[in-house]
Amino acid sequence: MASKLGLIIKREYLAKVRNRSFIVMTILSPLLIVGMIVLIAYLAKINDNETRVISVLNESSFFQEEFKPTKSLSFVQLDNLTLEQAKDSTNALEYYGLLHIPEGDTVEEVARATYLFTKDNPNSGVTQKLESIFQRQLRQDRLKKLGVSSDQFSNVEAPFEINLATFDGERSIKGINEIKAFIGGGFGYAIMMFIIIYGGFVMRSVIEEKTSRIIEVIISSVKPFQLMLGKIVGNSLAGLTQFTIWIISASVLLSLVVMVLGIDLSALSGDSNIPAGPMGGMSQLAPMDSEMMMYTKEIFDIPWGILIISFFIYFVLGYLIYSSIYAAIGAAVDNETDTQQFIFPIILPLMLAIYVGFFSVFSNPHGPIAVGFSLFPLTSPIVMLMRLPGGIGEGGVPLWQFLLSIFLLIITFLGIVSLAAKIYRVGILMYGKKPTYKELVKWLRY
Amino acid sequence: MDHILVAKNVSKTYGNYTALSNISLEIPKNCIYGLLGPNGAGKTSFIRIINQITHQDTGEIFFNGEHLSPKHIALIGYLPEERGLYKSMKVGEQALYLAQLKGLSKHDAKERLKFWFERLNIGDWWNKKIQELSKGMAQKIQFIVTVLHEPKLLIFDEPFSGFDPINANIIKDEILKLKEQGTSIIFSTHRMESVEELCEYIALIHKSEKILDGKLADIKNAYKNNIFDVGLQVEANGEALMHSLAEKFNILSSNLQKQEGHLDFKVQLPSSHTGEILRELSTIGNLYRFDETIPSANDIFIQTVNNKENGK
Repeated sequence: MASKLGLIIKREYLAKVRNRSFIVMTILSPLLIVGMIVLIAYLAKINDNETRVISVLNESSFFQEEFKPTKSLSFVQLDNLTLEQAKDSTNALEYYGLLHIPEGDTVEEVARATYLFTKDNPNSGVTQKLESIFQRQLRQDRLKKLGVSSDQFSNVEAPFEINLATFDGERSIKGINEIKAFIGGGFGYAIMMFIIIYGGFVMRSVIEEKTSRIIEVIISSVKPFQLMLGKIVGNSLAGLTQFTIWIISASVLLSLVVMVLGIDLSALSGDSNIPAGPMGGMSQLAPMDSEMMMYTKEIFDIPWGILIISFFIYFVLGYLIYSSIYAAIGAAVDNETDTQQFIFPIILPLMLAIYVGFFSVFSNPHGPIAVGFSLFPLTSPIVMLMRLPGGIGEGGVPLWQFLLSIFLLIITFLGIVSLAAKIYRVGILMYGKKPTYKELVKWLRY
Repeated sequence: MDHILVAKNVSKTYGNYTALSNISLEIPKNCIYGLLGPNGAGKTSFIRIINQITHQDTGEIFFNGEHLSPKHIALIGYLPEERGLYKSMKVGEQALYLAQLKGLSKHDAKERLKFWFERLNIGDWWNKKIQELSKGMAQKIQFIVTVLHEPKLLIFDEPFSGFDPINANIIKDEILKLKEQGTSIIFSTHRMESVEELCEYIALIHKSEKILDGKLADIKNAYKNNIFDVGLQVEANGEALMHSLAEKFNILSSNLQKQEGHLDFKVQLPSSHTGEILRELSTIGNLYRFDETIPSANDIFIQTVNNKENGK
């Protein structure tokens, strides 16, 4: 009996792995992914390195010291030109735009009459930067009228960031919950994709056996349950093979690309809160440096071992549950177009898990909604993984919740696989009927 | 007598639908047994129970004297009515896989497949994919896969559908050879005339019930009505002769115009004794045909169904 299961697993695996579209996908995907990453990194680099030049025609007596160059914006003062001449020379020099500050008696008046001339619609970053310069000046000017000196003003304007600490005295930093949830979310998302893609493989494989009419030949030799199980295991092994190939080849390719093109991958993280490497000029500031150390420490503190082991546990259990449903659907229908009505209810809890995860786990990883969905078996593989970067035990997921969710998953798996096997057993021998849910319930009782 | 398969009061229902009701059958060893009946009568349901694809609700089945159990699966070969193969798999690989599922070792399976491929002249198909073969070609592969593990009991469900006449004959000969080698064979079909010449025993199934079973020859004997087909060469007036014959015998139909000087008619006798009519006929003229009309399985089926329904 066990050897027959082995035979089935082997056949399903080989049938999948030898499939032409599978091979193409396996080879092309890493290239696509690496290509995308390189493209994004490249664009980010271009974006970062581009310094826009704005020529300033300042006819007023204000704003003499305000236009300091920043990383993305530099200024060229134009003097003794008419507006038309200034426009022409800005165009000729291919500057980004011309800022015209006319003559005036007050800052207020001058600011109101100021124009930014550009070729196309200006970038919002540029306008925001310029607006902030004017706002600061206007505020200072108005406060001066109220009797606040410029020194006092600088004092008032000093930036402030709140300090964070945990109860046991460790300093904590902003955004680390989000980072942790992001990492967990990444694992959860991988599980969802895997379930949808490889569950679909199982379903199509069942439909193929039905339409090619080989099914009755096979189940006269083996039990339908064995065939179903072999199919699920064989396809998931094929999926894992694909995953492994992707990860290995993508990382090899990526490091090759990095070596050859010298693209700084840390440019990718420019948007997030993780200061990675000596980018963005942040390292010039000492307090930032220690903060970065803390981020790095926190990331290293994430229990990767637990996370990876749980990933496999939750992946296997979640995949088993969903792919048995997929197998039952494949058995119930005659062709793939009939599967739509049944597919949607399966994808629904998965989508729900992702959304609930990103909305509630981000803001409160141990709140009631996060706990509820990380126990509910159809969503727990995804939601629990989003909570797990906080670790198990104190400060993280309580051990009982972790164990309970695994226990519930196992119970659910046993329940669903036996129901699915019943539908499967009846469905594979039914032809020409477009089944309804009512019909499926009837099959459970045969 | 030794039986390969005995079914006792087997019933099976699907929800409200009764597929089999109280079927009892005894299938002798080393014979060809016809399971006849129209589509939807319950033949396939019964066969699926023998193959343990489904299970009977009530009743018992014995294989070779033992309760039917999973270990017997390897002793049964089944060619289903709904049959096919993996389209994108190579012929040889696929045949090996199916043979191994039946419990053959890889080595044995390969040897036997080579033998059968040679025998049916399809040796060069090994590396072809099923989608490159015609339907008839694929059927040959299915037949080989069914018989490869040398089962004690072979079950063919509509075996000849999809075969052209030449290949159908090849397969028929192979089936007869298998029977000579001692295999017991169940034939299931709704085209009753097609297997009449092969079957020694038959069972008629109608609307989930068995309405008749036994040795085909016995059944035919029981159903013959002592009707004889007579051809007689005469010199005198045919019409007058027919009249005088009709007074003594139960003439069912006659055809005088067929050929001058010939009497052609069907007559039903009260018993199977033919002495009296033969004596009578030989005084009238030259008897050149005297055949007993034997009912076909189809006739018997229709008659039994009618009798049963009228009897209700």
